[in-house]
This record gives sequence, structure tokens and C-alpha cells, in this order.
Amino acid sequence: MPVSMKTAAGGGKARWERETLGPALGRSPERAAGFSTVSGRPIQRLYTAEDLAGIDDVRDIGDPGAFPYTRGIHATGYLGKLWTMRQFAGFGTPEETNQRYKGLLAAGGTGLSVAFDLPTLMGRDPDHPLSLGEVGKCGVNVASLADMETLFGGIPVGEVTTSMTINSPAAMIFAMYLVVAERQGAGWQALSGTIQNDILKEFIAQKEFIFPPRPSMRLITDLFAFCAHAAPRWNTISVSGYHIREAGATALQELAFTLRDGLEYVQWGVEAGLAVDDFVPRMSFFFNAHSDFFEEIAKYRAARKLWAEAMRDRFGARSERSWKLRFHSQTAGVSLTAQQPYNNVVRTALQALSAVLGGTNSLHTNSLDEALALPTEAAATLALRTQQIIAHESGVASAIDPLGGSYFVERLTRDMEEEALAYFRRIDGMGGMVAAIERGFPQREIAESAYRFQQAFERREKVMVGVNAFVQPGEPPIETLYIDETAEARQLAKLEALRTRRSGDAVARSLDRLRRAAGGTANLMEPILDAVRAYATVGEMCDALREVWGEYEEAPTI
Amino acid sequence: MRKLRVVIAKPGLDGHDRGAKVIARALRDAGMEVIYTGLRQTPEMIANAALQEDADVVGLSILSGAHNHIAPKLMELLKAKGLDDVLVLVGGIIPQVDIPRLEAIGVKGVFLPGTPMHEIVDFINANVRTSRG
Repeated sequence: MPVSMKTAAGGGKARWERETLGPALGRSPERAAGFSTVSGRPIQRLYTAEDLAGIDDVRDIGDPGAFPYTRGIHATGYLGKLWTMRQFAGFGTPEETNQRYKGLLAAGGTGLSVAFDLPTLMGRDPDHPLSLGEVGKCGVNVASLADMETLFGGIPVGEVTTSMTINSPAAMIFAMYLVVAERQGAGWQALSGTIQNDILKEFIAQKEFIFPPRPSMRLITDLFAFCAHAAPRWNTISVSGYHIREAGATALQELAFTLRDGLEYVQWGVEAGLAVDDFVPRMSFFFNAHSDFFEEIAKYRAARKLWAEAMRDRFGARSERSWKLRFHSQTAGVSLTAQQPYNNVVRTALQALSAVLGGTNSLHTNSLDEALALPTEAAATLALRTQQIIAHESGVASAIDPLGGSYFVERLTRDMEEEALAYFRRIDGMGGMVAAIERGFPQREIAESAYRFQQAFERREKVMVGVNAFVQPGEPPIETLYIDETAEARQLAKLEALRTRRSGDAVARSLDRLRRAAGGTANLMEPILDAVRAYATVGEMCDALREVWGEYEEAPTI
Repeated sequence: MRKLRVVIAKPGLDGHDRGAKVIARALRDAGMEVIYTGLRQTPEMIANAALQEDADVVGLSILSGAHNHIAPKLMELLKAKGLDDVLVLVGGIIPQVDIPRLEAIGVKGVFLPGTPMHEIVDFINANVRTSRG
């Protein structure tokens, strides 16, 4: 039955308010004058069939596995295959992280996810002055192919799927992974995993950029073009809202900016001469799983519909694989508290549940100690167990899209979709996302939202348990992982040995070739692979490109 | 009376600037003159900014774990420039065991995630050396 019929037959909300709610409010008033989500979105007290006006059962909600995929991209939901439980990890040296990966796989993790340290993310070798104190701190340090070989030592890369969170030097790190595969005898054609490779959200939110936006976009479209033939099962990008949200965006801004970033990559790919259906099927997405349960679920559902319609109607994609938005999600780091850290287990479980009810394809659950440090092994295991309990005990994975048709969820889904389209129109009006970033538009919108949340938090309109309410003085500290300085010393010693062991001539020649290619228009992946095989370091390869393209500097604004 | 002058700096390679920007706005709204340095500042750049801006307060936002390298270097440089009376604060993800070390080298306040902004405003007002300027 179409929704509009139900609406016509219902129509009782006003009457309910008058006859039932009114007297009840007279007896006991509501807790607040109004209610809103963590993003400040006003919420009505009740949603009924009347709120589905304008939402078509077939056109807008549809069926699982069918356009526009609001109810999920798989016809079998989680009945066929559960989501991938992919725990992000990395710290210290490649040797230490390799051990952690082996532990995660042994504990039932179904995919690897590499966290790199800041020197690697910023394209600096461990012996660069700016790397001082940062080596191995926020992730694992990978300076050259030698480190990548250690990181995946004893792990068959042809049999696991690996996600690598790196952006500015993504092409270099991906090239290292390809060479590791080559040397393990694993074919590139079957290689499966994801490289984040999303520079736009770096300019918008996370700020780990090296080169200016336009040459950065070229590195990305070069990787798209290369993988279309050389590594066709590899996800060439993970268009990320996670960091946009962590920087303070609302759920709507996360949705709108991320999807609009996705459209920008497609546009640049098309302009670089690629056919939409050759590269879009390998694009994936990455969202935050924040605390406002239903708003998050609506966000994921709206994202799938927005993408499907944009690919079909805006870019003329013909392949269903281009229409299907696949996404990873991670629970919200920013919601974790240093106070009463065990509360974080509960927050993470609820956030993870929203991602699952929203149809996530893979998931990372944060550990309870991450407002304090990188997680201990025990905390990381508990985070994985949280996912396993949702998957195997809660029953939520037994029916496809169990919240589909909820008055509240469908209304929210539709509202977020329409508001995201309004953001798309504004950004299109500026000439696209690269131009909008150059004007500082998304950056300002996010800073504004971050400050607004902070003020609401300080006024206690938004409650964080244990922080601005239910505070418990004199808590005993919990045990945390402490990354000492020895990782830095060990990485420095290995790098020094590498520089004497490798052929200096071969490195210099490969870097020359990379510099020349950067100044021209040829695909950069081949010269990068050459340099990687010669054991050129991440810092040396990025320096070669810095010489040609320069570095990006952001004007500081409050 | 002259407004308190605060340099908010983001040292190291990390780009997570939400905290730095939020505190900068909160201090400005509390009536202080706030200078935000932007990203990837070395201790030398921060000490120079403190000198040039005649800062009463320097606030460092560090989430990457590099505080044990950055803070001592900055304290040394401030001392060398005769700026020992500048109130130095650190905000971010700082392991408990490191807090006494930072305090021992002269960092006056360490603020962890979840600290209300007004607490930092009050701390500055109570601890800044008003004889400066």
C-alpha cells in the first residue's frame, strides 16, 4: 500500500495532541521546552504516518539490494554475510604492529586496518627535524618498503583484506603494499582492501595535507586510473566523513560534505578521461558512528540514496556497482571521555548498533581508553567483542533493515537527504568542492558547529555523562598503553642502515624520473613503484613532489 | 586595562585543530586578545610569536604524544628570550604520568579532553602575571 494512502486514512495527530496529549501535559509537563539531536536538529515529540507525506514506498524506500538502496545494498542484508569487523591498529615499529595484527586475526578479526604515525602521514622520514617526538606515536612508522615488508611479514596479503588510512602519500604507501604482494607471490588482480586516499577531507577537517589541492587531486585520479586495470578489486578511495564529524560537523554536514567530496572525485575522474563505470564501483565511503542513535541511522540510509541517484542521474552511470554506496564506519572518538572511561564501552556499543542498523559494510569499534592513549591489547579485544555481541547475541542482524518504515527514521532520512541536496547546490554554485575549500567554506561551517556544540555542552543543554553531569571525583586511573621513545631510536637505526645498504644511484635515478613525471601529465604510479622498489623513502618521494608542486599552507583562522 | 594577550599554538605534525580553535574562540569571547598561530609550528616559531605578540599566555594544543619533546624545548626558548613569566598551558591528550613532568618544567596547567572552557578562562585569570605589559 502506498504511504500516501495510509496518510489519508490516518490524519489523527492533531486530534491526538488535542484529546490525549493535552490533558497528559496538563498533569505532568515535558522535561524540556523542546528536544533536539546531538547535532542540534529539532525533533518532534511523535512521528506518525502523516510524517511520511511525500515519501514514496517504492521510489524512496524501495527494497534491499535494489535502487535507490535506502534499505541496503545487499538483497540479503546481514543474512548472507555479516559486516567486516575491521579494527584500526598501529603503533611504534612495524615489528610491534605486526604482532598486534597477528593477535587481532587470531581473535577473530576479519580484516586489517593500518594506522600510520604522523611522520608517515605527512611524508617525512623519521630523521626529519619535524618528526622529532612523533615517530610511532599515533600509529606505526613506515619509512620505506623494508618497513612494509616487516609490517606484513607472515601475513598473506593475498588472503586478508587490508585497509590503509593514509592520504597525502597514499600512492607511495599503496605502491609499497603492491610490491609486498608481488614478493609474496600474490597477484594484484585478486588483491583486496582499501586505501583512504581522500585528500579533500584533509583540507576540510583533518589537515594532514602536503601538496596543494589541484596536484593532490591528480595523484588521486592517477591511482583510480592505475587500479582500474592493475588492481581491479582494490578500493581506490575511502571518501571520509569520519574526520569531518570529529572536527565538529553536524550529522548533516558530515553527510553533505562527504557525499559532495565523492561527487568531486567522480567529476575529476571523468575530466581525467576515465569512464564512470570503470572507477566508481571501487570508490568506498567512511562515516562516523556518533551518539545520536536515530539521526545516525537516517544518515547512512540517506547517503545510499543520495549516491545512487547522483551516480545514475548526474553522472549517467549504468552499472549497478557504481550506484551502490559501500561504507565503513567507526564509532565516534570525540564522544569518548577521559572521565569514567568504562562508560565508553557503553557509548561505543550504542554507536556500533546504530551503524549496524544503518547497514554498515564494515565497522571499527573504539576502545574504552582512547581518550587517554592508544588502546591496550585488552581494551582493543573488548572493542572487538562488542561487535561480536551485536552480531551474534542481539538478534539485530537477523532481519534486513529492521527499522525500514519507521515513521521517525523515514522522516529523518528524507529530511537529511533534502538538506544535503541544498548543501550540494551551494557548493555547486561555488564551482565545486575544490573551489569551496579554497574559499574556506566547509572549514568555516564546521568550526561554527564545533563552537555551537561546545557552548551547548557548557550550558549543559547537551549532557556528557561523567563530564558535565554525574561527575565522580577521585576516580582511580586505569592502565593505559605508553609508547616510549625506543620506537623512534629503532626506526632511526633501521633507516640509517637502509641508506647504506641500498643503491644510492638507483634511488637518485628513480626520484629524478618521479620529478620529471610530476612536471608532466603521465600517470605517476609507475614512477612511484620504481622508486619504492629501489627503497626510496616516503620522505624522499614526497620531497621530490614538493620540489615540483610546492607545499600547501592554510591561512590560520579562528 | 590592557586585554590579556594569548597565543594559541598547534605544534608538531598533527592537524587536529578542533580543540585549538574552540579554545581560541572561547578565550576571545571571554575578552582576551587571541592570536592563533595555525598548524605545524616549531617551538622556535611559537617562542617568536610569544615575543612578538607580547603574550601573557601561551596555550599549546597537542594530541599526538609529542608533548615530551615540544614542551621542554619551548620552555627553554622562552627562558632564553626572557619570557619565563609567560603562563604556559597545555591542552590535549596527555598521559597521566606525563603531567607531573610537564609541571616540573614550568607548564602551569594541563587540560584534558572534556575540560569546560570557563575552567580554562578562570585558570588564566587566577594565574596570569598581571604585571606584564
